[in-house]
Amino acid sequence: MSVRSVFPQLEQLLPRVSKPIQYVGGELGAVVKDWDATTVRWALMYPDAYEVGLPNQGVQILYEVLNEQADVLAERTYAVWPDLEALMKEHGVPQFTVDAHRPVRAFDVLGLSFATELGYTNMFSALDLAGIPIDSADRGDDDPIVLAGGHASFNPEPIADFIDAAVLGDGEEAVLEITGIIREWKAEGRPGGRDELLLRLARTESIYVPRFYDVDYLPDGRIQRVVPNRPDVPFRVAKRTTMDLDAWPYPKKPLVPLAETVHERYAVEIFRGCTRGCRFCQAGMITRPVRERSITTVGQMIKDGLEYSGFTEVGLLSLSSADHSEIGDMCSGLAEQYSGTNVSLSLPSTRVDAFNIDLAQELSKNGRRTGLTFAPEGGSERIRKVINKMVTEEDLIRTVVTAYSNGWRQVKLYFMCGLPTETDEDVLQIGRMAHEVIKAGRIAANSKDIRCTVSIGGFVPKPHTPFQWAPMERPEVIDARLQMLKQEINSDRSLGRAIGYRYHDGEPSLIEGLLSRGDRRVGTVIRRVWEKGGRFDGWSEHFSYARWVESCAEVLPQFGVDLDWFTTREREQSEVLPWDHLDSGLDKDWLWQDWQDSLTEYEQDDCRWTPCFDCGVCPSMDTEIQIGPTGKKLLPLTPVTSMRMPV
Amino acid sequence: MAKNQPVGGQAPVVQRIRIRYAKRGPLRFTSHRDFARAFERGLQRAGVPIAYSQGFTPHPKISYASAAPTGVGSEAEYLEIGLQREVDPADLRIALDAALSPGLDIVDAVVAGTGSLADRIDASHWLVELPSVDPADAAAAVKAFTELDEVLVERMTKQGRRSFDARQAVTSIAVVEQSGRPSEADGAPCAIIDLVVRLVTPAVRPDDVLSGLRVAAGLEPPVPARVTRLAQGTLTAQGEIVDPLDADREPALPG
Repeated sequence: MSVRSVFPQLEQLLPRVSKPIQYVGGELGAVVKDWDATTVRWALMYPDAYEVGLPNQGVQILYEVLNEQADVLAERTYAVWPDLEALMKEHGVPQFTVDAHRPVRAFDVLGLSFATELGYTNMFSALDLAGIPIDSADRGDDDPIVLAGGHASFNPEPIADFIDAAVLGDGEEAVLEITGIIREWKAEGRPGGRDELLLRLARTESIYVPRFYDVDYLPDGRIQRVVPNRPDVPFRVAKRTTMDLDAWPYPKKPLVPLAETVHERYAVEIFRGCTRGCRFCQAGMITRPVRERSITTVGQMIKDGLEYSGFTEVGLLSLSSADHSEIGDMCSGLAEQYSGTNVSLSLPSTRVDAFNIDLAQELSKNGRRTGLTFAPEGGSERIRKVINKMVTEEDLIRTVVTAYSNGWRQVKLYFMCGLPTETDEDVLQIGRMAHEVIKAGRIAANSKDIRCTVSIGGFVPKPHTPFQWAPMERPEVIDARLQMLKQEINSDRSLGRAIGYRYHDGEPSLIEGLLSRGDRRVGTVIRRVWEKGGRFDGWSEHFSYARWVESCAEVLPQFGVDLDWFTTREREQSEVLPWDHLDSGLDKDWLWQDWQDSLTEYEQDDCRWTPCFDCGVCPSMDTEIQIGPTGKKLLPLTPVTSMRMPV
Repeated sequence: MAKNQPVGGQAPVVQRIRIRYAKRGPLRFTSHRDFARAFERGLQRAGVPIAYSQGFTPHPKISYASAAPTGVGSEAEYLEIGLQREVDPADLRIALDAALSPGLDIVDAVVAGTGSLADRIDASHWLVELPSVDPADAAAAVKAFTELDEVLVERMTKQGRRSFDARQAVTSIAVVEQSGRPSEADGAPCAIIDLVVRLVTPAVRPDDVLSGLRVAAGLEPPVPARVTRLAQGTLTAQGEIVDPLDADREPALPG
């Protein structure tokens, strides 16, 4: 069965929508294969607008890994904006891939990467446009397997009724294993249909198939248990960990878009995982242990990636890039290699220490200076102990002074509001800290012409973190604190003028909290919101708090719970959490102890430099910390003096 | 930030090359900004020794002649680049074409002679495909349009809604005779209009001429037109359009 491109129909709609280029594909790095020459076909979706989804590393890596297999075809699809969605519905054009404009329903797998839960409503739109039944139970043998991945899939329960399967953790090897299972099942003539395929996936013990698990509830609304409803699937499903990042040097051929996107750079992950132990940080908890990519592999990837893409910007990504064991040599080596070119290098800096500035200084030798961002996260010493962000006020002042005296005129400081145990006083401290930064900075720079920007994000408690039991603060309390802080910053006009202030309202965070820690009952809310027109919930111009609150009030009472129950309620130690059957490797008792330590403001060190503190990940996942130093150095590059002719 | 000043400045321009490129197929939806970004990356990928402007944020030396609107295909877009090292334009064309997505194609490259590119462009040749429009209806509308001396149309511009004449700038307009080549796969009718428009201010674009056909004869295409620029350059007295790069080409050797 060959599949026809929907482009002729789509083409007639494109002149009528905004930014049509985002729907036509044709990027460098895009792969178009002969449909009939392949046996396993993946549609990969980042459920947000193209401009956000295209640069996503996860999708780019899996796209390349899959397309390297001769008999596998992977194409990409993104959320279409409401203008095109309306036209597609009117003219019967289905959800399509941008590579060859094939209908998504024709693929074997629709793999969705959920970096955030706010993409859930966009999944509904895509399924609906694709002609794939929204309820997993209604899908037949001609429908793709709807597979969720990304950080949100560590608790996929809110979308359990709408996906067929979920993968936790690193995807590189998982997609190949899934491909192998589908290939074999198809070669055998698809025995047992869809159910048999899902069963084979579930038997790997690392692919979660929600339909094989039942959830029982207690009369008070809490979960009694989540158990398999058949004997041949595991009680717990484990996350994946890709070891040896040097063996997986992707992306090799990064996608280079024609349309403007949020990041236009060659991004290389210099390591994965983080054991700094910030208690709010889900990424740091679920991606353990730390696995470094070696300095030489990083250097080679950047050289090849820039030559391939034509990008002139490089981002050295990770959860805390200054922590790479050879970051100093890496930065000076790269600065040396690209000196005299127009390549700019950036290190998303969050670590609050002077070393970070040395690195930034090194990287900006070449001319262009990228901004400096530091993330103390909490305003007071006390709250920073609660969240395990080990930074003193002196550290911060010393760091920014170094920055200002080295010529930076602007630094950005990132904080959170709504943290567990937070008081008004903790938040007001942010303002005083910003004042001190400006005062010290003016002296250091010997100039009044310096600025800092204070950026505040809303705290959202996440599954598999010590704060998974924590109550959320109410949005009106958050908003009042944010206003108080604004007044505090401007209480001194001279200092306040030099401080930029950015924040988000509390309401979207509360909904993100509902989706993060929700169970299967929250699925009815998401569906109702989508039916009422909810789309692009990560975009403030599309997000409607009222629609979420209204939908909660309509569907949750039948279960005896409500929005507050999921968000502002503190959980007890004994409570069964919706994601307890999903194994991130973290020992629940350790997480609970860390939560208790947080309440007594007791800090936890990093296991890279101090003994193991038994978070549980390495032994249960059979993994280990992989860090350098390797002792290797980056060698000078041979200058290119002739044009690259096609071969 | 004195230490941050670029030292020594940028290498001077030693060669200028003029390029003709095409926007084809789905990539006709590339906007001019999108093309400009892709082209700069293409220069990087191909290792073209592009020259840069002076200053804190040096920009590659690229200047564009009038660009076709987003959504309009083109066989004849023009730009000029400044290089810091001399190259063979034929090699440059091949390297640069390979460095761009298929659909953004480098058609021609010549070393720039004297005079400016813009001075050699005063008209544009367009092909306008109107799916689901009967060629006979289109021909009738074209006839009505050409019989008028002035056809006022309106368009939203940056200055707001504006009314202007779409007739005078049109030097030639005709429905193309088709010998059984429906452009739609399903064989539906499709009228094709061949159009030459002089460069005037405000610019008269193919969609303005289509507005003119609506005003003059009530022609309302049910689906958006597919427009391609076939050529732009100097309009001769005979109504031919001369490729602006011809003047830069060395005279062909006899024999």
